[in-house]
Amino acid sequence: MSDTHAESIPFVRETTLPQAAPPTAERGVYKWGRENLFATPANALLTLVSIYVIYVVLSAILPWVLNGVWNAGSLSECREILAGTRGGCFAVLVDRWEQLFFGFKYPSDQLWRPTLTLVLFFFAVAPVLFFDLPRKLLAFTAVFPFLAYWLIWGGPILVPIVALVGVGAGYVVYSRLVAQSFAGGFFGGIAAAAVVWFLGGYLVDATTGPSSLLDAVPSRDLGGYMLNFMLGVTCVSLSVPIGIALALGRQSSMPLIKWLSVIFIEFIRGVPLITLLFVASVMLAYFFPPNSTVDLFLRVVIMITMFSSAYIAEVIRGGLAALPKGQYEAADSLGLDYAQSMRLIILPQALKISIPGIVNIAVGLFKDTTLVSVISMFDLVGMIRGPILASTDWNGVYWELLGFAALLFFVVCYGISQYSQWLERRLATDHR
Amino acid sequence: MTEAVKTPAQMAVSDEVAISIQNMNKWFGSFHVLRDIDLTVNRGERIVICGPSGSGKSTLIRCINALEEHQKGSIEVDGTLLSSDLKNIDKIRSEVGMCFQHFNLFPHLTILENCTLAPIWVRKTPKKEAVETAMHFLEKVKIPDQADKYPGQLSGGQQQRVAIARSLCMRPRIMLFDEPTSALDPEMIKEVLDTMIELAEEGMTMLCVTHEMGFARQVANRVIFMDQGQIVEQNEPEEFFNNPQSPRTQLFLSQILGH
Repeated sequence: MSDTHAESIPFVRETTLPQAAPPTAERGVYKWGRENLFATPANALLTLVSIYVIYVVLSAILPWVLNGVWNAGSLSECREILAGTRGGCFAVLVDRWEQLFFGFKYPSDQLWRPTLTLVLFFFAVAPVLFFDLPRKLLAFTAVFPFLAYWLIWGGPILVPIVALVGVGAGYVVYSRLVAQSFAGGFFGGIAAAAVVWFLGGYLVDATTGPSSLLDAVPSRDLGGYMLNFMLGVTCVSLSVPIGIALALGRQSSMPLIKWLSVIFIEFIRGVPLITLLFVASVMLAYFFPPNSTVDLFLRVVIMITMFSSAYIAEVIRGGLAALPKGQYEAADSLGLDYAQSMRLIILPQALKISIPGIVNIAVGLFKDTTLVSVISMFDLVGMIRGPILASTDWNGVYWELLGFAALLFFVVCYGISQYSQWLERRLATDHR
Repeated sequence: MTEAVKTPAQMAVSDEVAISIQNMNKWFGSFHVLRDIDLTVNRGERIVICGPSGSGKSTLIRCINALEEHQKGSIEVDGTLLSSDLKNIDKIRSEVGMCFQHFNLFPHLTILENCTLAPIWVRKTPKKEAVETAMHFLEKVKIPDQADKYPGQLSGGQQQRVAIARSLCMRPRIMLFDEPTSALDPEMIKEVLDTMIELAEEGMTMLCVTHEMGFARQVANRVIFMDQGQIVEQNEPEEFFNNPQSPRTQLFLSQILGH
């Protein structure tokens, strides 16, 4: 150390101090505990109170879970085994797991079909969620809805094939015509798909024989958690694109499109979902041609999708409004047309801003699928309230069953939440 | 001011008309922003537009690529009459480059993607060629090494130079600058102005709204002064600065040059 200049006001540093370790009180567990748990007396008091509360809760729940009965034929048998001690009667889950997951009517020897569909679902959804995966995997994602339909509902394989061919034909026509005009491509595509479906309908009718590969399972036989999952996945994946279209429609400079979007959104948001579901189960048939029976599952999907797409539209509108006007102007000034500037510039940014809101609605929608139990569809909650709790064996096992339902929903919703946070971090390019 | 650079008069200006604005009027609601604007710009001309805020100078150049719609009169760009036909507007926009005060780079794309996006989607240029062009212009604005970064990682001056390169990638015949240096620190202003001077020397037709009077003297071959939505005075830079005619121009110049 040089003290040459210590006494004078002008100062020149001649040596560099080496790096030193921080004092012991400023490192590791000790520092963390002092700063986070015992920073002030009030803070310390809160810590102690919290520890006590956690202790009380765990001391009530843990013995109940750990002392639970997993093998019994009925609630009374459970009580005999427990012999007065505290414990859950989880035997109901073992006894009725099939009903909880698949409903009580799905043929027992066919349960591999929904299970296989679930496994395939993860492969189909992976390239959509994780866009670092090769884009070619999206081909399977495109085929998956038709495959899944066939696996779950069974019946003649021609039905999903005709549907797929129709969509393919529509896409081909669309991509041919879209260079000239978007509207031409859009309506041309729909017309092409409709023609294929119409002709395909005759083909299916002509070839219907008893020899279908998979036995047909009608929609009313679907149930349990499978039904919630199917409704949730279908409605979320349909309502995001419809929501985007509604949000853009609401911003449109064309008055007709704008007002149609506004009226749709405001009307749907002003009506409770339960009302819409009752409409789906009772009244929607009046709007379809006589003698045509539209599947209950499809009717419910239409209603839930309409409901959530209105909410998603408003969330995305918020994202669009948050973008600086300069982004629109920059896209315009480069000569991009409306579709290009929306697809390449505006929507990628607006959707990124809207991720928390969209995920919020997706999670809410997934849990709202349990409302179908009020229109006598036997989803997870419907199964618990209906066939299981009403049976003489398991009448009264509320905590175990509803706790299990809560756990199943929590796992999926927490997964969605974690994914969305990962996605936000992954897409962060603004370096704020 | 007069270094080794050619004086404005020496730089070639052709007789070909690039932009022709006749009797153009614009209203924002009932507010008359632009009143009877007549302006002809020849190919290779470099025009600086100045004036107090609210005088309509930004609105004027934004009308040229139809970011704002005019209500009366005509604007002809490269022989194409600006009408409400969308195809027409997109054609003009792809011929006219524009730089904004706040750069307006696309924050979700890298610098390179910012530059290649419009050539690929509007001009249908093959990707490889678009990347080559983009790198060429990024080298020209002296930031090829930042190509894979995102706009948020660059300084303001660098972002504005990327914005210029992004416009140049469309090979525009006319460049519009809307206060390109107003949001920048003094040190960064110079790097952006240097890029613009280089562009001017290559004979680009430029319309520039700016208060950089040094730039106007060095590069412009015409300075336009606007006030209350009208062109009040236009002249060659030397005459404009040394011998302004209208009292409004004299007042404006004394205020911006007097400190």
